[in-house]
Amino acid sequence: MTLALDTVPRLWRLARLDYDPARQRPVLLYPEGAVLLNDTGLAILQLVDGSRSVAEIAAELGRRYGTDVTADVTDYLSRLAERELIQ
Amino acid sequence: MTTDRPTTLLAELTHRCPLRCPYCSNPLDLIRAEAELTTEDWKRVFSQARALGVLQLGLSGGEPMVRKDLEELAAHARSLGLYTTLVTSGLGLTRQRAERLRAVGLEHIQISIQDVDTASAERIAGVSSVKQKRAAAAIVRELGFAFTVNVVLHRANLDRIGEIIDLAASLGADRLELANTQYYGWGLENRAALMPTRDQVTRAQAITQEAMTRYRGKMQILFVLPDYFEQYPKPCYGGWGKLYLVVAPDGKVLPCHGATQITTMTWPNARDHSLEWIWQESPGFDAFRGDAWMREPCRSCPRKTVDFGGCRCQAFALTGAAENTDPVCILSPDRGIIDAAVAEPGEVEYRYRILAGEPQRA
Repeated sequence: MTLALDTVPRLWRLARLDYDPARQRPVLLYPEGAVLLNDTGLAILQLVDGSRSVAEIAAELGRRYGTDVTADVTDYLSRLAERELIQ
Repeated sequence: MTTDRPTTLLAELTHRCPLRCPYCSNPLDLIRAEAELTTEDWKRVFSQARALGVLQLGLSGGEPMVRKDLEELAAHARSLGLYTTLVTSGLGLTRQRAERLRAVGLEHIQISIQDVDTASAERIAGVSSVKQKRAAAAIVRELGFAFTVNVVLHRANLDRIGEIIDLAASLGADRLELANTQYYGWGLENRAALMPTRDQVTRAQAITQEAMTRYRGKMQILFVLPDYFEQYPKPCYGGWGKLYLVVAPDGKVLPCHGATQITTMTWPNARDHSLEWIWQESPGFDAFRGDAWMREPCRSCPRKTVDFGGCRCQAFALTGAAENTDPVCILSPDRGIIDAAVAEPGEVEYRYRILAGEPQRA
């Protein structure tokens, strides 16, 4: 299922962003699991603050990267929502 | 040698426990308090684990609340950045201790529930515990911990799975783990008394499926199928010595909590070696990495990259050789052992877990 652009995503209450010193990668930690993140994933999740919508997150990153990233952002967040890491 | 880094450490801080559940995942040969690692030992182990790549820490037991240094250990784990889960029966989790654990940054608490029916729950636990568990759950919820309820499923409680799920939700669980009994150690001793019927399993699965949809977004439900009722074995924690390690109360380092059952193997101790050396160099951790150790039918099977031949501990316990295919696999020449166990008429009495030398209570 794809998240609508006006959805305001929140990180799951049980998940938190951290940095893994051994793998030198940012990581999303939650009970019994972890997702290793690349720089793009981290940039998206840092904007997931419970107030920005999917469209606003995409617009902000679009400005930063100078290209339309709406499809990528929607896809990334939708996949995490499917795993209930984003609500 | 391996390029994989472990992600998860299960620290069995103690084997002491007020509960006596007949499916306990501790080994039959329980370790006594005098042999447990010290506070400083455990802190060193956590630091080494973090450096090795561990992200998730389980503070488990036995009952970890019996360790008076639990708060200090949880504080150290948090300072390292580990995501820590306290795996408890709830007994001993008083408000005062829960507040201290919250203050040092513990994030996640898992409480076990035996059944929704009080008499049944207390028969399974072998002690009176329901009241304390409910009180502990309320404290965990109130203090804002991430909260998981864990229920081991078997013949005596599977028929109440719908009510069990609703109970977990009413306790305010964020997650519910419904784990069918695994038949190792105490579970294997009590297999005939714990084994459900196929009908029970099928019905429980359907009820859980429906509940997963109903509770979506409110409570995450995980259902671990009993492998005896499957066609193929479960992969051993993503592969032997790949993601997971366990430190037993006396410092033995194992690739899974059941590995001491493979009595032909010896295990290194965290008192004598670094976790790095144990992970990278010790013969035990290397024994079943890759596929060179495999026998037929695994060796030439395409599924060997999916389930790694199943569980080495189960292969050893049931066929006498850890290199054999896990007998759960329908391709195993030993599958008959599993089918016979499933078809066995049930026992009524449990053999409760007990520390050696401890008088068996009625």
